[in-house]
Amino acid sequence: MSETILNEPQTLEINFGPQHPSTHGVFRMRAVLDGETIRGLKLVIGYLHRNHEQIAENLTYPGVFAYTDRLDYLNSMQNNFGYALAAEKLAGITVPERAEYIRVIMAELARIVNHLLLVGFLLNDLGAFFTPCLYAVRERERILDIFEDVSGSRMMCNYFRFGGVKNDLTENQLGEIRKVVSRLPAFLDEFEALLSKNEILCMRCQNVGGLPKDLAVNAGITGPMLRASGINYDIRKTDRYSIYDRFDFKVPLGQKGDVYDRYYVRILEMRESVKIVEQAIAGIPRGEFLNAKTLPLLRNPRLFKPAAGEAYGRIESPKGELGYYLVSDGTPQPWRYHVRAPSLINLTVLEEMCVGQKIADAIVILGSIDIVLGETDR
Amino acid sequence: MNHIENKSRIDPELRDEMAKQNIFITSLDFIYNWGRRSSVWPMQFGLACCAIEMIAAAAARYDIARFGAELFRASPRQADLMIVAGTVTKKMTPNVVRLYNQMAEPKYVLAMGACAISGGPFIDGYNVLRGIDRFIPVDVYVPGCPPRPEALLYGLMELQKKIDSQTFTKAEWYQKGLKREFPVPELGPNGLIPKFNPEIWQPREQDARKTRYGQTVLTGKKQKAPRLEPVAVPPPPAA
Repeated sequence: MSETILNEPQTLEINFGPQHPSTHGVFRMRAVLDGETIRGLKLVIGYLHRNHEQIAENLTYPGVFAYTDRLDYLNSMQNNFGYALAAEKLAGITVPERAEYIRVIMAELARIVNHLLLVGFLLNDLGAFFTPCLYAVRERERILDIFEDVSGSRMMCNYFRFGGVKNDLTENQLGEIRKVVSRLPAFLDEFEALLSKNEILCMRCQNVGGLPKDLAVNAGITGPMLRASGINYDIRKTDRYSIYDRFDFKVPLGQKGDVYDRYYVRILEMRESVKIVEQAIAGIPRGEFLNAKTLPLLRNPRLFKPAAGEAYGRIESPKGELGYYLVSDGTPQPWRYHVRAPSLINLTVLEEMCVGQKIADAIVILGSIDIVLGETDR
Repeated sequence: MNHIENKSRIDPELRDEMAKQNIFITSLDFIYNWGRRSSVWPMQFGLACCAIEMIAAAAARYDIARFGAELFRASPRQADLMIVAGTVTKKMTPNVVRLYNQMAEPKYVLAMGACAISGGPFIDGYNVLRGIDRFIPVDVYVPGCPPRPEALLYGLMELQKKIDSQTFTKAEWYQKGLKREFPVPELGPNGLIPKFNPEIWQPREQDARKTRYGQTVLTGKKQKAPRLEPVAVPPPPAA
């Protein structure tokens, strides 16, 4: 936002947030308006800076798990997954077959939860106040029941461990997951019948907040936002971490990169996640759910001392590439710990997308980015 | 806490007779508190993780509307209850206190979650306020990380009990010279100025963390950086 825009006589600078019903938390932005058109926009973040990295550097490696839950608090399972991958790479721990399947099931369920809530909140921002959100939260509660059953907590699951997961899944629980997941396609059909071809939604979302391909790549955008712009990049396919190479699923792509594409890519991704979960339940083998060698390390976390070195583990979180960078110096605490938060990096193009649009559309564009302030500010 | 009962000095027979004519007699306190507790409007004000559970409490399954508190107002001027849902960072504290000052009397505060109560798991953070009760008075504390929606509903019921116990004649907000504006702290280079509001909060004489860890904040000492092996970069292919 340059000084010249501010000095023009008819421009007006206004402030959103940090307390505003549609900023998804304590996000704040300053917009320069010319009439209703946005001329410039600046982000002011840091209202939820909770010193995640500094606290984690004073903890043991297994102790950080509980804090990764609170990064992106809509889907704690995925955050655990990325951190587990990084630490296992650092210490050279293998994961048993059954644990890999359980991890994938939980991660994909968490993705569904996240996208459901995103669509609900996006519709809130569009003015359909809380009605679509009620449907979304209804389905979310069923998945949270599963999370509570297997891990003991609804939101902050803290379910993954180095070399596996905390508890085994019983046959009952697998049946419960199958039941919940089998409901989802019908629910999504109902959801889409109400929303996807709705004229108001189409007019508010189509050709709004377009993100061109080259800008998306240059700005480091990842996740559904990048794929909505038409670039086929999904870390589940490119990296094939864990056992994602065994499942048959497609990567939905958008064409124009506008808000509607971003909305629709997420709906399609939920359908693909349902497929993955169904395949994983069908193929889950018997066996141990936790690498027996890591058990003493988890009982006594200060024994977990990886050799000096560094590791970077990344996953395709629902928001984009979630990466964890760990540097060990041979002590029980990580020497350096860094999180590559997708929602922070996806937020950087907000100004480019909003300039030239109307003020009411800025809220919708912000909603379609899918930010979570816990992850943005850390 | 005494629940104010529906008591009156009128002869019960006369009261029954009047009830047949659709005339109901009660004490002013009872009807006033009944009205207030049945329409507690919270402020739509989510700070962090707990806000998601607050939304879940407002949704169909838990349905906070059964307690008359479904109307989340975005403006502090229209709200009765401030649910501090989530970690209050030092950067956010002046805004929270200012929002509280802007609410109209009678106003209540519910601290939801470990972070709003004491800093919770993030208590060691340099940017985290250790409890919102250092700056504004808190009526109900709901522990948990995050508390389940049921816990939030229980906290709301406790607040309703508190509302029931207040009497019309002695209510603070009808007294003369009531001053419930709390000073808004400022974010300085070394944290908040002042660090707490001494009128409503004093530091404890015995700090449990200090006796246990020897210090109030857990800080690690970082030694030299580990020597990492340089990654061999493959030479660029010859053109």
